[in-house]
Amino acid sequence: MNIELIGITVLWIFLYGYLIVASIDFGAGFFSYYSMLTGRKHLVHGIIERYLSPVWEVTNVFLIFFMVGMVGFFPDTAYYLGTTLLIPGSIAIILLAIRGSYYAFSTYGSKDNKFYMLLYGASGLLIPASLSIVLTISEGGYIEEKGNQVTLLYSKLFTSPYAWSVVILSLVSVLFISAAFLTYYADKAKDYKAMEVLRGFALGWSIPTILSSLLVFFSIQRHNPWHFEQMLDLSWMFVLSFLCFMVATYLIWHRKRLGLAFLTVMLQFALAFFGYGASHLPYILYPMISIHESITSPSMGIALIIAFIAGLMLLIPSLYLLMRLFLFNANYVQGKHGK
Amino acid sequence: MMSYDPAVYSRILTGLTLGFHIIFATIGVGVPVMIAIAEFLGIKRKDPHYTLLARRWARGFVITVAVGVVTGTSIGLQLNLLWPSFMQIAGQAIALPLFMETFAFFFEAIFLGIYLYTWDRFRNPWTHFIISIPVIIGSSASAFFITIVNAFMNTPQGFKLSGRTIIDIDPIVAMFNPATPTKTAHVLSSAYMTSAFVLAAIAAVALLAGKRHIYYQKALKLTMVCGLIFSLSTAFIGDLSGKFLAEYQPEKLAAAEWHFETAEKAPLVFGGVLGENNEIRYALKLPYALSILAYGKPDAVVQGLNETPKELRPPLYIHYFFDIMVTIGGLSIVLCIAYLWINRKSRQNTGKPLPRWLLRCIVWSGPLAMLAIECGWIFAEAGRQPWILRGYMKTVHGATTSANVDWMLLLFSLLYIVLGFTVWIILRRMFRSYTPEQELEQNGIEGGPHK
Repeated sequence: MNIELIGITVLWIFLYGYLIVASIDFGAGFFSYYSMLTGRKHLVHGIIERYLSPVWEVTNVFLIFFMVGMVGFFPDTAYYLGTTLLIPGSIAIILLAIRGSYYAFSTYGSKDNKFYMLLYGASGLLIPASLSIVLTISEGGYIEEKGNQVTLLYSKLFTSPYAWSVVILSLVSVLFISAAFLTYYADKAKDYKAMEVLRGFALGWSIPTILSSLLVFFSIQRHNPWHFEQMLDLSWMFVLSFLCFMVATYLIWHRKRLGLAFLTVMLQFALAFFGYGASHLPYILYPMISIHESITSPSMGIALIIAFIAGLMLLIPSLYLLMRLFLFNANYVQGKHGK
Repeated sequence: MMSYDPAVYSRILTGLTLGFHIIFATIGVGVPVMIAIAEFLGIKRKDPHYTLLARRWARGFVITVAVGVVTGTSIGLQLNLLWPSFMQIAGQAIALPLFMETFAFFFEAIFLGIYLYTWDRFRNPWTHFIISIPVIIGSSASAFFITIVNAFMNTPQGFKLSGRTIIDIDPIVAMFNPATPTKTAHVLSSAYMTSAFVLAAIAAVALLAGKRHIYYQKALKLTMVCGLIFSLSTAFIGDLSGKFLAEYQPEKLAAAEWHFETAEKAPLVFGGVLGENNEIRYALKLPYALSILAYGKPDAVVQGLNETPKELRPPLYIHYFFDIMVTIGGLSIVLCIAYLWINRKSRQNTGKPLPRWLLRCIVWSGPLAMLAIECGWIFAEAGRQPWILRGYMKTVHGATTSANVDWMLLLFSLLYIVLGFTVWIILRRMFRSYTPEQELEQNGIEGGPHK
């Protein structure tokens, strides 16, 4: 494998990692707020807070990692995406900032402040939508280059069925992933009341997830036939993804092996996400940037990969420790430890 | 209104974000060190006051970390949005330290989560203390690596530029550029120093309000001793930074000192105003001091600003920022010594409280130390104008060409105002509603009628 392929693969893995942990996080914020509105806060809030408190900071890092790696390996993306995404990017940053800080304010500072919870819950739903614009743009057709000036064609973006289908998919899958995880987590905590509420959320969001995935399929065919052809070559991945979805919903429906159910949800999204990514290659931004316009200096590429490996050697044991202490610690999960 | 110029607005917005971020970043780097020292003393001396100090600091620290994380994310993404052309070229050269910075941050994030939620979980208190070490390593390492990125922008090396493509990068040479040692050391040391003074100011506020508990006196003593050590090391490293500037960025030093003509036995100019033909009025001139600062010899020749072509000169206002930074640094050393002196004397004739003027000065030292951080940073950044990559790329050529940067500036200003305001309210409420006295009593450490 050459350096650029390793680079994009590693980055894609990190983006997938962000997709999963951020979805759990964003969805949890929304469920937390929603259950407060519907008077069920006492049922699910404890579970959500126990999971989120030690990990919220880690979630953010995945995104930064992806960004830095992207510019490091593929500097041209900084130029094209940086210039065109000023407004959506800034809005995403502001939402992330509001969400992150008001999460901390409402968890550690002013408990039960409804306004803080609203900011934190609502911003979580808008972030996936604003971040998904990057994926939309990467399909090409939304950027115009004239001389030294690249601009995003907003009117084209806002009237594009493809763009909207991606937004819908990102929204519902966030809620689905999150609910599937929290169902499992509540079950582990032996908090069956919370589990029932969250199971309802998971099942409720399962059908919209699959419908919106189909919608994306159809609209990509119309928007970028080249990419659709490529996706057909990898259709086995999408079929497997659908099977995983079926297994997951079956298990959640029957309240059986919820850990396995969440794993199949992860697998479902992994297959779809990597299938989508692989079929998009070699383009990063169709048709302007391909992975071959990557770092011009092999020594930097090697240094980056070494740093990656060294970093992972440090991170994997630490993440394992974090999970042992919090996610997979029966006492902690059941709330038997004080702060 | 100014006419729309994306480069100008990009500079203001980047400055605003960074200026807001470094308040929280400084606390984020320095406070974990202070927390660890307090926890260490608490376990070692079996003194629950220090342990409580560590816990209370840690509780407030989480709030500031949250804002530090989100503003750090902002600046990380803004670099690409506001400076796409710069990132396209320099992004690859600085990719390695940027990467390592994120790793360090990742590492810190993981262990901070563990640290905050395991206070009473281990039977052996040292186990919990040990978790603070990776937090410190993570926060200081991320400051170290991100400062390397900035050092690279000041003294870029280890690559070749052909047109818009950067080639032959040597990542190690780029990372360990001449500015790296002094810059990183000064950033770390001044962050520790500032955090010590901020925490000292909090203790002094309580003492001024008439609280007499020994807890506050211990807090003040600990923070002031640390403050002295860190401000002495900051001053020492600052002197080395001056020598670095004289050799590698003489125009920055000359602009900071309004030193126009290359001359030996150069005086250090303090304060003053500039006349029309750059003649200096109302300033205090310390003979030989600039030569000593620059080369360690009173009769050394210091390069003047006139040697630099006019369009490549940094703005002359950085003089004031330099002066403020150095003055605050110097005064804080004096303050620490005065405190230690008076504190020793007042302990000899027992029971006599510290004089109110001293406590008031300590209250001021916290915000002033933060002001010095801001000034030092503005001095360092504005001092390399007009370059974004000194000698390679001018700032105006790195900026975005996109429309609407002015609107984004407005949005972000609003965001920072709201965030800053809420943090202030939350922190005040957190500490006022649950005082150390109440907490000591509730934890069963002390209490009873005699208190």
